Amino acid sequence: MDAFTTPLLAGTATGALLLIAALGLALTFGQMGVINMAHGEFLMAGAYTTYLTQQVVTSTDLSILVALPVAFLVAGALGLLLEVAIIQWMYRRPLDTLLVTVGVSLLLQQLAKDVFGAQGDPVHTPGWLDGNIDVLGYHWPFRQMFTIVLAGAALAGLGALLRYTAYGRRIRATVQNRDLAETMGVSTRAVDRVTFFVGSGLAGIGGVAVSLISGTNPNLGTTYIISAFLVVVAGGLGQLRGTVIAAFAVGVVTAFFTDWFSSSMAQVLTFALVVVFLQLRPQGLFTVRARGLA
Amino acid sequence: MFQSRTRFATGTVLALTAALSLSACGGSKSGEASASSASCVDTSGDTIKLGFLNSTSGAMAISEQTVRDSLSLAATQINAAGGILGKKIEPVVEDGASDPAVFAEKIEKLLTGDCVAAVFGGWTSASRKAMLPVVEADNGLLFYPVQYEGLEASKNIYYTGATTNQQIIPAMDFLKSKGVKTLFLAGSDYVFPRTANKIIKQYAAELGIEIVGEEYVPLDDDDWTTQVAKIVEAKPDFVFNTINGSSNVGFVKAYYEQGLSAKTTPIISVSIAEEEAPAMGKDVTGQFAAWNYFQSVKSPTNDAFIKAFQDEYGADRPTSDPMEAAYTSLYLYKALVEKADSFDVDEINDAADGVTFDAPEGTVTIDGENHHIAKTALIGQINADNQFDVVWSSEKPIEPDPFLEGYAWWDPSAE
Repeated sequence: MDAFTTPLLAGTATGALLLIAALGLALTFGQMGVINMAHGEFLMAGAYTTYLTQQVVTSTDLSILVALPVAFLVAGALGLLLEVAIIQWMYRRPLDTLLVTVGVSLLLQQLAKDVFGAQGDPVHTPGWLDGNIDVLGYHWPFRQMFTIVLAGAALAGLGALLRYTAYGRRIRATVQNRDLAETMGVSTRAVDRVTFFVGSGLAGIGGVAVSLISGTNPNLGTTYIISAFLVVVAGGLGQLRGTVIAAFAVGVVTAFFTDWFSSSMAQVLTFALVVVFLQLRPQGLFTVRARGLA
Repeated sequence: MFQSRTRFATGTVLALTAALSLSACGGSKSGEASASSASCVDTSGDTIKLGFLNSTSGAMAISEQTVRDSLSLAATQINAAGGILGKKIEPVVEDGASDPAVFAEKIEKLLTGDCVAAVFGGWTSASRKAMLPVVEADNGLLFYPVQYEGLEASKNIYYTGATTNQQIIPAMDFLKSKGVKTLFLAGSDYVFPRTANKIIKQYAAELGIEIVGEEYVPLDDDDWTTQVAKIVEAKPDFVFNTINGSSNVGFVKAYYEQGLSAKTTPIISVSIAEEEAPAMGKDVTGQFAAWNYFQSVKSPTNDAFIKAFQDEYGADRPTSDPMEAAYTSLYLYKALVEKADSFDVDEINDAADGVTFDAPEGTVTIDGENHHIAKTALIGQINADNQFDVVWSSEKPIEPDPFLEGYAWWDPSAE
């Protein structure tokens, strides 16, 4: 009976996690064209922030709620630092950016090992997330529902920022035509920085959700970075709608493959499926018909 | 221009992700072993060089550092008591960097460059498999301190951790004695869990225990939700856990999230020890583990070992099975050399059979044929202090049988 509900619900939760990881990339890669391989390490930073918050705020029920904004700020600050120190010098050189950020990613992983040790640290689930409800035979954990709510909130927040705020308008203007936006008085440098801060901060929020699954460990980011890029590319660059659909599709499809075959096979099949899809539709699910994109 | 750049970027990311996924399954090859040459070990002075090859960087560092610490402790103690054949141990330390290829390279350097008399270390089966051809080609000695999947014996390696008939098979005997009728297998997707489960399945058929499910998740994947849902559905009496590393945390969290616990469906693990239990983020009191040593083992030798270790490294440091096996390996080497009255590898091998040491886990004895050691199997249950209460014991040391030749039900060619 739960041969259907288990993969569907578990896959939706995985999709939500992928979405939070991919939203930041949809901004920095999808909109700015920067391939940031260190994005996964911002997830890791979010997870370690959760661990550290639990050391300070000893009430587990509260600490997760405190960790969310703190993780956003910590990961955002790391992203901003990366942008100011390195990426701003490489905006027209994608291959260089890729190589440098791979280096930064390794650097951050080793830093985490040196500071926290390689074993990983425990993150405790708050009481109000510890439990499950029976949905047609699947004991659906509250933690998975929380991840879905979190992804929804992150999506709504980002959508509102882009659509309704002055910063959002400037981001969209810069993405659509950088030179023209600059002639209209938009400081594209400031826009780049804000975009990077927000995109990286979202990864920090994702890190809080990940830490509830697996605690912390220095290699945590590498698990998600590939799938997150896959989601952004399959969804189509330059807009969020495709990213959302692709994230949930990848999550649910992987869960069904895992249920039918095995976890290792599911990763292979999902990857193959996305490659075939991109052969048929190289631009991804949706495209933005704007100058300089598509 | 912007258009072509975007296309280029997309293509690069895809190529890169493909490369990363491929490299994940690639593994590494050990370097070509150099031609065998006469031993360059210098035994004329009043010191003897021994190599300690453990990962002090990379993912395995936290585990292997504990092995390095107990090796150093044993060396200090042996030196204080006069050394080996009157010669003080001079440790030459190298970092395996959690990379099998580096292990192969460094053991070659230790044996032929530094001319050490023996090497102590390695942890993952991949690191041991990478070092094996090198240590055989150089006719050197390696002491390997971790429980593993068996089915191996080299005249140049001494295995001081458990082989399968000293850990996994006794664990099955324990489950049988508990009246377990149905068992679910959960493991990481690599050589140790797959080999262990092959043995478990064949022995379960012999014992009349039904295997109601078998699930694997890659080592670097922490999401066990779907697999745990299958455990919930299968309702086994017990779960046999051969997961390794941080993936254990994801497994245990998903387990408790979906309402399972030590009360409903207990787990027996073979890679969760005193160091790992507190890192789960869940109260794992009541779960089981199969090892040959626990810190809680009551003996004067173990009390002395724990005291010496904590005096050296801090009272908060637990002792665990691989650490004890590493400590024991250095003392066994001392006993081997003293019995052979020589540092020569062939003379040591000739003298090996029956060499014993009164270890913290109890008296262990070397088997001269397969170079493994007879060990007592123990089952522990985690208590509120993240220590293990011994609830079952094989009572006496079990003779090592890495190829399971003494077990009629074992058919290596069967699925």
